[in-house]
Amino acid sequence: MSASIDQLTDWVRRFAAAVHEHRDELTRLDSAIGDADHGSNLDRGMTAVVAALDAEPQPSAAALFKKVGMTLVSTVGGASGPLYGTFFLRVATASGEVTELDGPAFAKALRAGLEGVVARGKAEAGDKTMFDALAPAVDALDAALADGDPLGESLRAAATAAASGRDATIPLVARKGRASYLGERSAGHQDPGATSVTLLVVAAAEALA
Amino acid sequence: MKKLINDPADVVAEALRGMDAAHPELRVDHSDRVVYRADAPVRGKVGLVSGGGSGHEPMHGGFVGPGMLDAACAGEVFTSPVPDQMVAATRGVDGGAGVLHVVKNYTGDVMNFEMAAELAGAETGVEVASVVTDDDVAVQDSLYTAGRRGVGVTVLLEKIAGAAADEGRDLAAVAAVARKVNDRGRSMGMALTSCTVPAAGQPTFELPEDQMEIGIGIHGEPGRRRVPIAPAREVAAMLVEPVLADLDFTGPDGVICFVNGMGGTPLLELYLMYNEVAALLDKAGVRIARSLVGPYITSLEMAGCSVTLVKADDELIRLWDAPVNTPGLRWGA
Repeated sequence: MSASIDQLTDWVRRFAAAVHEHRDELTRLDSAIGDADHGSNLDRGMTAVVAALDAEPQPSAAALFKKVGMTLVSTVGGASGPLYGTFFLRVATASGEVTELDGPAFAKALRAGLEGVVARGKAEAGDKTMFDALAPAVDALDAALADGDPLGESLRAAATAAASGRDATIPLVARKGRASYLGERSAGHQDPGATSVTLLVVAAAEALA
Repeated sequence: MKKLINDPADVVAEALRGMDAAHPELRVDHSDRVVYRADAPVRGKVGLVSGGGSGHEPMHGGFVGPGMLDAACAGEVFTSPVPDQMVAATRGVDGGAGVLHVVKNYTGDVMNFEMAAELAGAETGVEVASVVTDDDVAVQDSLYTAGRRGVGVTVLLEKIAGAAADEGRDLAAVAAVARKVNDRGRSMGMALTSCTVPAAGQPTFELPEDQMEIGIGIHGEPGRRRVPIAPAREVAAMLVEPVLADLDFTGPDGVICFVNGMGGTPLLELYLMYNEVAALLDKAGVRIARSLVGPYITSLEMAGCSVTLVKADDELIRLWDAPVNTPGLRWGA
């Protein structure tokens, strides 16, 4: 089964709705170990993304994700703007000028996005960042597709892996970003970036089911 | 929250309007939120661009003018500006000799300036170099943190690099002197009170009346430790000792000594602190060659101060003494 451009657009819209719904939770998590703006910054960015897509539907996967990435880079600020922006820009390049993506092509695009996040943020496993939820999700997606599972089912496995990765950030000591200034005091708090990127993977599982 | 504002959402935009009105020698692009010197770009001169979250005034917009910055990008309060602003500023100040980005070491600032440098290179062909300040000794610099924060040294660097650009040095040479200032500079700060981000409406952290926070950053981030309030001479030692422990500042050329106010501490107290700092440096065999006292890199209305030392030499002193004419720093012009 392939994901159509309408389904890919629906993924972005569902993510925007989830960020809006969880805005206060994301900010609350960020105020414990960061600077209390993750929910409001990402919500501002995704609201701008939805407005841009309403104004001008995008004809291809590359155009869609490039629009999302550039809008986030231009509106979010902080660290999450460049990180989410780079993610979507790399997804755009890997997707190409097509109107649908099959399972392996979607997985390849997500992998490229993950690599963009790593290149931009220099995070490694266990640093208590969005990487800790996104990387296991991309790995789980690859594994499920390799087992011959359809894309929708594979994305549900990815969402489960993202949520586990998110929960596993709680005991970690932050080694990147503003939370790292806290040292040991950052342990015991769930990472806001890992939380928001789990919303992104869950939205994909819903939209591309 | 008691503040002289209209709507919390409009604080940065309205402050930029006021800056524009008060300073005809500046030009403010209100859609991109960039403060330019009115005569930018200066042909043949390396352009200097800085920027960061608002709430640290006069840094950075107040340091735009001859002898210092060519442009400054204003973000939301305590939030990095976005690459579009930096690309616009880079294009606006390029006089054909390239542009230096001065970036404080915070994850968001570094990433946004990195993207801006890539975009500016790709879209405009302007040659961009970057220097990142990371002088705060309160943060352990290790693989396990985002690295030291950029604080007081940023002010001294913008002045000195601005003078180097004015001398007609090329981009590599201006970047080199900027890195030299950062490499030879260290800072440590403290807070007596927290501060309130207008959009948040309440103080970023709670600090009881009888406590102070040692080793703070400039966004109300937590410090190294919280201790009972103490006389100024003891506070001065808590700031000066870790700075001296981190780098050898002795030597015949001396230091530039900068006692900075965090926004809510009066000059009366800052000069009292300077007196204590100077006594400690004298005892440690560190000669003060030049000094700067006042609120230059602030954290909204936070009460407190920071101490920055830069190990001087003939080149740095000459560039420090060169004329500067900005709203926030002005001499010899």
